[in-house]
Amino acid sequence: MRRLSLATGAGLAGFLGTHAVAWAAGAVEGDVQKQSLNIAAIAMFFLFVVGTLFITYRAAASSKSAADFYAAGGGITGFQNGLAIAGDYMSAASFLGISGLVFASGFDGLIYSIGFLVGWPIVLFLIAERLRNLGKFTFADVASFRLDQTQIRILSATGTLVVVAFYLIAQMVGAGKLIQLLFGLDYLYAVVIVGALMIVYVAFGGMKATTWVQIIKACLLLAGATFMALAVLWHFGFSPEAMFAEAVRVHPRGDAIMAPGQMVADPVSAISLGLALMFGTAGLPHILMRFFTVSDAKAARKSVFYATGFIAYFYILTFIIGFGAITFLMVDPAYYSVGAGGAYNKIAGLLGGTNMAAVHLANAVGGSLFLGFISAVAFATILAVVAGLTLSGASAVSHDLYAEVFARGRADERKEVNISKASAVVIGIVAIVLGYVFENQNVAFMVGLAFAVAASCNFPVLLMSTMWKGCTTRGAMWGGFLGLTSAVVMVVLSKAVWVQTFGNKAALFPYDNPALFSMTIAFGGIWLFSKLDASQRAKNEVASYDAQYVRSETGIGAASAHIH
Amino acid sequence: MVQSEQERILRNPKFQELVRTRSGFAWTLAAVMLAIYLGFIFLVAFAHDLMAAKVGGGVTSVGIVLGVVVIVSAFLLTGIYVQRANGRFDELTRDLQKDIA
Repeated sequence: MRRLSLATGAGLAGFLGTHAVAWAAGAVEGDVQKQSLNIAAIAMFFLFVVGTLFITYRAAASSKSAADFYAAGGGITGFQNGLAIAGDYMSAASFLGISGLVFASGFDGLIYSIGFLVGWPIVLFLIAERLRNLGKFTFADVASFRLDQTQIRILSATGTLVVVAFYLIAQMVGAGKLIQLLFGLDYLYAVVIVGALMIVYVAFGGMKATTWVQIIKACLLLAGATFMALAVLWHFGFSPEAMFAEAVRVHPRGDAIMAPGQMVADPVSAISLGLALMFGTAGLPHILMRFFTVSDAKAARKSVFYATGFIAYFYILTFIIGFGAITFLMVDPAYYSVGAGGAYNKIAGLLGGTNMAAVHLANAVGGSLFLGFISAVAFATILAVVAGLTLSGASAVSHDLYAEVFARGRADERKEVNISKASAVVIGIVAIVLGYVFENQNVAFMVGLAFAVAASCNFPVLLMSTMWKGCTTRGAMWGGFLGLTSAVVMVVLSKAVWVQTFGNKAALFPYDNPALFSMTIAFGGIWLFSKLDASQRAKNEVASYDAQYVRSETGIGAASAHIH
Repeated sequence: MVQSEQERILRNPKFQELVRTRSGFAWTLAAVMLAIYLGFIFLVAFAHDLMAAKVGGGVTSVGIVLGVVVIVSAFLLTGIYVQRANGRFDELTRDLQKDIA
């Protein structure tokens, strides 16, 4: 065992640079050098902004009720919602980070793609239909269906806001780094532009505008990635074997890129990461919220089917793009900072870092205009993701905290929507400030943390309250908060924060990802404290499971008012 | 929903069949997905040589083929579930709704 860890340790150190990057939803980590002004990219991004603002204007005119604002009036079709879910999920990290990871280490990039994908079937089998049948606007509606409104909403809103905060910081910092690389503009421009636009989309257009921003972005990203992958495959006569052979020939690691590298050196970390990715997907509040935009359970399940298809297709494209970048870029010094005598490092020497592999490939296969297009799409991607996050954060504040906790369910609908809009403005401003503050911080661990919290707080509470009759408020509260805090504490004590951010010598928590432990704590906590709960309230909650059960399985009563 | 209606649904054999077959099906598929994924991770962690082995004398490795298989299987499993749910399970739900109407 000791020999194994020593042997892998050396490789891991070299690998961590790229490993950390794949986690950063914003895709770009560390110091970046501002590039020259890219007019084509800025112009195309401007077109995207004008188009989406026009949609926001139309959406604002037709959004009147709370259902319009939170759930686009339930009028999104399964196919549209599938595209929008894919749009919410395909972040800049997926596109730039994973293709950069494939570029640097080949096969290992595939492991990440797979981890991000396999949560979707779980969402479909266990969550999607029940969520649609039981809920109205947020997943807290579902978790608190038969439990104590005030307590469970506070828990769910906390889980939501923590996930949104970590995810948002990573996105804002990523946006700032990307704008320097892609557009040649200053960091602060990006943070302010992204913050301001997300406020406008969410506060004026609500879910309708946010959904259409996601759909447009998903189409643009899929179209651009398809073009690149086809161009690469066409070059090799549509033979992946020929592409792999050429990649092995030119890559400095040679044939090693076709086999697992150092990524899964430690099985506990690997399993833990796998669980976080798989079940975190089923606990991301901005994703869960999308299931309330469709009319019924049937449309909800169709939307997961389409989303899984789009996301799977996208990750296969990313893999081809990564290998294409190896074959096209590594033989061309023009894409590298070349040292004396014409020598260059084929991985680390790539201009702008390995995360720029896909962007450089765009130039190689489509020229400078296509480079501008891909740059604009990459930036639009961040914008769409933050809009979804902001909307779910704002909904947690207005629908869960204000309407149910503060106003005790007696809130005026118009006032609730106004509070949501105000929250969106506040979240946007906070995001701008945090993006500015965290400019030079290591934020790579934050997306991992967001997934870990989603898997250890939101998902267990949601699953147990809908599937286990014995689940009580006390159990959900204890289990949820224990899962949340243990996930955060373990990440803080792990290498990414304790050593790399705080500069301590050794990590107090030995694994990269806490999910294996924090999920166990959450589920165990919910079970134990529910069992120990002998209160009258607990008896009532168990007794009202049947009503919830019937509605969650059949949707009967789903259109009528909430029963409490 | 009133108490008696809820009791009626709970006792309805169609409801019981719907819930039994659907939850059995969903949990089975979830277990299959988990097994495929964890199996892949275990192979990556413990069977490096198998994953690095070549397919048909070329450079393409077993690992890459299996990786693509995992991606495709995730999509197929969702397809299988949706097919079944939109057919058999929705039919049962409609029958049930007729019964209690």
